[in-house]
Formats: sequence, C-alpha cells, structure tokens
Amino acid sequence: MTSPDWFRALTALTLLAIDPAGLKGLTIRARPGPARQTLEDELKILPLPLRRIHPGLSDTQLFGGLNVAASLAEGRMIRDAGLADTPSALVLPMAERTPPGLAARLAQLLDAQTGHALLLLDEGAEPEEAAPACLTERLAFHVDLSQVPHAEARPLLPAPADIDAARARLPNVTLRPDDAETLVALAARFGIASLRAPLLAQRAALALAALDARAETTDDDLRHAAELVYPARATMIPEQPDAPEPQPDETPDTQTDSHTTSDLTDIPDDLIVEAIAALLPPDLLTQLEKRARASRAAQGSGAGTKRTGNRRGRPLPSRPGRPDGRARIDIIATLRAAAPWQPLRREARPDGPRLIIHPADIRLRRYEDRSDRLVIFTVDASGSAAMARMAEAKGAIELMLAQAYAKRDQVALIAFRGEGAEILLSPTRSLVQAKRQLAGLPGGGGTPLASGLRAALDLTDLARTRGLSPALALLTDGRANIALDGTPGRATAASDAEAMARRLSHLGLSSVVIDTAARPGRDGTLLAGWLNAQYLALPRADARHLAAATDAALTG
Amino acid sequence: MNTPFPFSAIVGQDQMKLAMILTAIDPGLGGVLVFGDRGTGKSTAVRALAALLPKITVVEGCPVNSQRPEDCPDWAHVASTKTTQRPTPVVDLPLGVTEDRVTGALDIERALTQGEKAFEPGLLARANRGYLYIDEVNLLEDHIVDLLLDVAQSGINTVEREGLSIRHPARFVLVGSGNPEEGELRPQLLDRFGLSVEVRSPDDISERVEVIRRRDAFERDTEKFLRKWQREDGKIRKAILAARDALATTRTPDAILTDCATLSVALGADGLRGELTLLRAARALAAYEGATAIDRDHLRRIAPIAMSHRLRRDPLDEAGSVARVERTVADTFG
Repeated sequence: MTSPDWFRALTALTLLAIDPAGLKGLTIRARPGPARQTLEDELKILPLPLRRIHPGLSDTQLFGGLNVAASLAEGRMIRDAGLADTPSALVLPMAERTPPGLAARLAQLLDAQTGHALLLLDEGAEPEEAAPACLTERLAFHVDLSQVPHAEARPLLPAPADIDAARARLPNVTLRPDDAETLVALAARFGIASLRAPLLAQRAALALAALDARAETTDDDLRHAAELVYPARATMIPEQPDAPEPQPDETPDTQTDSHTTSDLTDIPDDLIVEAIAALLPPDLLTQLEKRARASRAAQGSGAGTKRTGNRRGRPLPSRPGRPDGRARIDIIATLRAAAPWQPLRREARPDGPRLIIHPADIRLRRYEDRSDRLVIFTVDASGSAAMARMAEAKGAIELMLAQAYAKRDQVALIAFRGEGAEILLSPTRSLVQAKRQLAGLPGGGGTPLASGLRAALDLTDLARTRGLSPALALLTDGRANIALDGTPGRATAASDAEAMARRLSHLGLSSVVIDTAARPGRDGTLLAGWLNAQYLALPRADARHLAAATDAALTG
Repeated sequence: MNTPFPFSAIVGQDQMKLAMILTAIDPGLGGVLVFGDRGTGKSTAVRALAALLPKITVVEGCPVNSQRPEDCPDWAHVASTKTTQRPTPVVDLPLGVTEDRVTGALDIERALTQGEKAFEPGLLARANRGYLYIDEVNLLEDHIVDLLLDVAQSGINTVEREGLSIRHPARFVLVGSGNPEEGELRPQLLDRFGLSVEVRSPDDISERVEVIRRRDAFERDTEKFLRKWQREDGKIRKAILAARDALATTRTPDAILTDCATLSVALGADGLRGELTLLRAARALAAYEGATAIDRDHLRRIAPIAMSHRLRRDPLDEAGSVARVERTVADTFG
C-alpha cells in the first residue's frame, strides 16, 4: 500500500508535468533521503530542462552577465546567458536557507510568466525554518515526504506519452460555471486569504481533467485539486456542522444548511471540506502559533534573525575572486595585481591592448558585515553570592564591559535577587551607564535563579528581533532557592531553574556560567550542563584572567 | 514577454487604484505605499498602471530617459538627437540589490576590456520619469533605504566612487509594497511615501470569484482579454491626462487650507509634509473628477490614504490608523 503523502507527491508531480507554467512548482519538505531521492529522480518527467541551483546563486548566474574570463581573453565584452533566459525547472535544495534577495528575484521570475517552474527542496527541521513564504505562496503544491517510508516510495507515474497527450488536451479543457465559486468558497473556509490559492487549484483541476481525457472538470477533479493545493495554506480548521465524529456522513447536504449562517458555508460539497480537513497536519494550531511567533520575531528588524549584518561593516583586504554581480571589484587592487606582469604579457601578446589583465588578477572587495553582538550579563546579587564574591564579580564584569566596548559589542545587565529579576540596563553601548548601574548594584536576599534566566530569555528574544546576536554571561553560585513565582523552596526553585535553562539552551546562543560560589563545584557545573554553556570558576582575585576567559568562551 | 494585466480589470481594491492614479496625475505626491496580505494584486496593479499611462517621449539611447537631446547627461555620450515614444518605465528594485546596481558605478566591463573609464547607469537612471517599484519594501536593507530616501528627496542621483563623479536626474514615483507581518517600516521611510493604502483580500465571495475568473480568462486568452478591457483602460488614461492639464487651474479655497491644517492638528501628525500631501492629493482628485475647486468631500475621501501612515502609534487603539483618521475627519468636518 502506498502512503497517502507519497501518492500526493506523485500526483502533484504529474500535474506539474502537464502544466508547469501554470502551476509554477512544488515545495517538497523532507530531509535528503531515499524517498526524496526517488522523487527527485522522477523530476525528469517535467517537460523542462532541470537546473539545480543553490541558495548562494548569484545574479549573474540567474539573469546572465559578463563572462570576465572570456571577455578578457577576447578583448571585447562577452555575456553569459542566465538561467532566466530559457524556461527550465529550477531545483533549489536547502530552500529554507534562501536569502530574501534571491527569493525576491525568483518570485519576480515566476511572476514574469516566462515558463519557469520551481522545485523547492525544503530541508527545514523546525517549523520556523522553512522556505520563504513569497515563494511557497506562488507554487501550487506542497508535499511533505518526511513520513514516507522508503519501501513505499515507488515511482508510479503515468507514462510520458500519457502526460504529453494530457498536455496537448489541456487548452481545450473547460471549467464548469460554478467551479471558481466552489474553490473560492472552500479556500475561504480554510482561512486562505490569498487569491493565488483558488487560481492554482483551478489550474490543477483542469490538469486533472486533461489527464483523464475529459473535456470538462468534475467534482472529483475539484476535490482532488483542493486536496493538493489547500492543506499547506490552511490557517484554520473549518467549523464542523456536526460534532467532529470520525465516521463520514453519507448525506451531508441535508445537515449543513440548518447550521450555517454566513454565506461562506453554503458549499455544494461538504465532502471536499472533510477530505481536506483530514489532510491538515494534526498540529495545525500549534504550528500556527509558532508561525505567528516567528513572524512577530521578524518585526522591526527587516529580515529578522536571518540577516547577517545590521551595519555595512568595515572593509577588509580585497581577495581574488570572480565577479558575480553582487561583489564589487576593487579596481586599484586589480591593477596592482596585474601591474608586475605587464612587460611579460606584452611580450607574449604584442598586438594586445595596452593593459593586459587576466581573470586571476581580479580582486573583489569584501566587507566584514555581521550583526552586533549583545552580551547579556546576568548577575546573581543574592545574599549568598553577594557576601562571598560580589566585589570580584563586579570587577570582572567591569573588565568585560570594557572589552565589549572596544569590540563595539552591546551589553545588557540583568540582576536577580530577593524575589525576582530586574533588567538594570537595556542593550546599550554606553560603558558609563553600565558601570554606574553596576556600582549601584545592591546585594542580598534569596536566589531567584529561574527568574533571572527568564529575564535573560526574554531579552534574548528581543535582541534577536533587533538583528543582534545575543550571548549570555551568567554569574551565580547556582544555588537557587526562590521559585519562578517568587515562593521560597529549594526543590521547586531548582526544577524551575532547570526548565528555564533548558529553554535557553534551545536558543543556541553561546553562553558561559561563571561560578561565584566560595567553593565552586556541583551547582555551577550542573547549571552549565542544563544551559549547554561553558563553565568557568571565578578565580580568586584575578578578574583580568576571568575576563579574558569569558570573552574567549563567548566568542568561541 | 509578459503582458501586464489591464488596470481597469482589477476587481475592487479601489483605494489602491485611486492612490496610484493620483500619483500618475501628480508625480510630486511622493509615491504610494501598499501594505497588505499576499496575493492581493499589489504588484499586478503597479505594472498595470504603467502600461496604462501614456507613453513618454525620450531621446533615443539616453540612459536616463531624457526628453530633449540637450538634457542628456554628458557622460552618456548620446549620439542620436532623435526622440522616440516609450512606455512609462517601471523599474523593479529587488531585495538584496547592491548599491552599485541602484546608483550605477564604474563600467567594469569597459574598464577591464578597453581600459576606459565609463559610467554604467543603475536602476535609478532607468527609473527616471517613471516608477520605481519595491516589493517587500519593509525587508529592504537599511543602506539601500537611506540611499533611496536621499535621491527621492533631491531628484538627483550623485555617484562619487572609483574616480567617477557623476550626477544625473532621478525623478521617479516610489511605489512600495509589503506584508506588515514580516516587519515594520522605518518611520523615516514611512513618512516619505505620500500616500499609503492597506489592501486586504476581499471578504466577499462573489468579488473573489470575479478576481479568479478574470485572472483565468487573462491567462488563457490574453489577446481577447486585453481587447475587452482596452476601452476601459483608455477612459482612465484620458481622465489622467485631462487631470494633469487641469491641475494648474484647480482652485484651492482658503477654507480648504484651514481644513487641512485643522485636520493635521487634530490628528497630531508630525511635520508639515502630511498637510501638503493632503492638499496636493485632494487637488489631484478634484482634477481627476473634473471639479474646478477642491471641496471638503475630496479631503474627506483622501484623508485616510494621505494621513493614516503619519500618525503616532497608539498601542491602546486597536481600531487601526485608518479608522482613527476617519473618526477624526468625521469629528472635524461634522
């Protein structure tokens, strides 16, 4: 028996082979594996040349441009054709890593109706990690192969001759008058706002009819098309007219009308709704929540965490390389590289141009363009820590602050004591402010470690939305005795702290635990383990050494 | 290669269409920002508008679309003095574009192959006298945004790099679109757009069906579809041209000036740019509708698209800024 996911994937590919220009493409979500490989091997059924591209694709490769090597050899301009020039099926692996610039250009290419189709191989592991929405939105189909067992992934596509015949029939297939309405109403019930979805579903229905050699679409075509196009786009589960009983209702039309109020629900065929609803991922609601969180995270920061830099960066020495339409050529460095060879080259080519430049001479400009680092200092100011090592901790932080300042890192300061945590200093570059806050840091009270970690977690989230790369320096003796809700108690405090620390560790930021206990050991190492952080014991009266070690730990 | 969808065949989205028509009448309005869901026809509308607009007269081979031979920049070495008709340019500015591509830079090809120092014009040159369209403008990198702001303000693109010193005119209508879920726009840029519209997918099923039907008809038989809408597009084109001529003679009663100021104060909009845009947009609207003078009704209709993006954010107001403008307009004008 063939798994339904696999069957969907095969159908999607078949339809795409019939109408590649209209359906635009297919998103395949799966890690590389036998099932995906089998499907990739079948891509040859598409009536387009296959071109494998990658997320680092340059503009020159995509749209064509100067062929430097040939131009220099010939002494006149020679252009290379780009992938955009001839209709082809572009296969993009690691689609979840597509930078926004490339996504925008590919979207432009799809919109231009040049006959291209796009196959996104989305290898994202987390829900937040996915191919760019501006691309998946434009492609008709989305299939998920991650649950398809290898044994079931058998290539069962129609014969190429049948596909060719279907393609020839396609222009003569017509929709029935109500089809558009049915598809639009269906899309609305699943909360699909974009009008591209019903349009693509319509094309899919036509292709299905063409495959079966029918001149007109049928209800089955519509249902089938909707099942293929809608589930990945659904943002809500339609309200069921009756209780969500698993058994299918044989006479749906007699029941629906009595329950419906809005004009969205007078659907001719409730069976379609059920069929699509069955295909919705079971955790749609959780996914939606995560998606919403991801989009919120992107707010205010442009491309959000994906963006590598929020400053243009400082120039670095130029490097030999090939111009790709994005990098800038460093003319001076190029000339400098070519200069010593001129007499030699002129000897070899007496009739050549006055200046003979070889591709190997070309130097490209580089910039160090990366996001600012934010070091979040989270300091335990509780009684136990304060009494033992507070002064030394302060000294160490002060030194680290100075280092952070020199590297143009931003710093933030969180202190926890008594019943909770407090952000003493929001992310800043102001060293003076940071020092002042630190000097005035009072000590005493319980150790609400979990609250401190939670504050760090919130600040990390916030910092990421601003395009900063956060790092955490936690100074504590690790002996939590106040729980998240502010109540004393060692056991709950420890388990709360552990939970928070594990959540933080999932964020994958570099962190370091600096044990400030009088006798460093168990508690601190335990905490560092939860956090997946480096562990350092605060050495006696050697703040300078500690500062250097911390910096190394966070940078590494 | 690809034919734009006819402007008049776009279903609904009246605010967006009106805003675009107004910038076609008065390019000095400062562009349109279209914010909204995916698949609502934002890009379609921009491309459709440019296809609708009358052709412009340009000197053959001039990289900055100069109207007269004497306007051609020296660096371009335009040999021809003949002029030709071209559609209004619409230049796409893709995300991730480099500064070089935008402003233009040293022509590497000629520098390397012929040892000549020549300027290769960028996207801003091509957009001169036309439209510069930025999809997902909210994701554009900051340094490109800064550059655009500067040029849009002055109308002149200045390039000082690699030993080049080049200036050329770059007057264009900036049209930006974006999806607010993916990030906010910097206030400096927000304010720079003259008009802003929020587009939403139509809620009405029959309207949505009509969109699908027309789009499908367009894709299946483009020729026939274009013929069908040609006349409607022609009407809009004529009205735009007539309005351009009428703009200079459309009267602005003093009372309207007072109204503009009162409204701006009531809304608490920063700066005077809002008032000015409000006035100009209302004048363009009046001219478009063949009125001899601006009246309150014009202001009332224009205020949401001219003012909503200039308000200070009020986090407690969930109604959104368009609703706030409408409320204030109702309060002010009674």
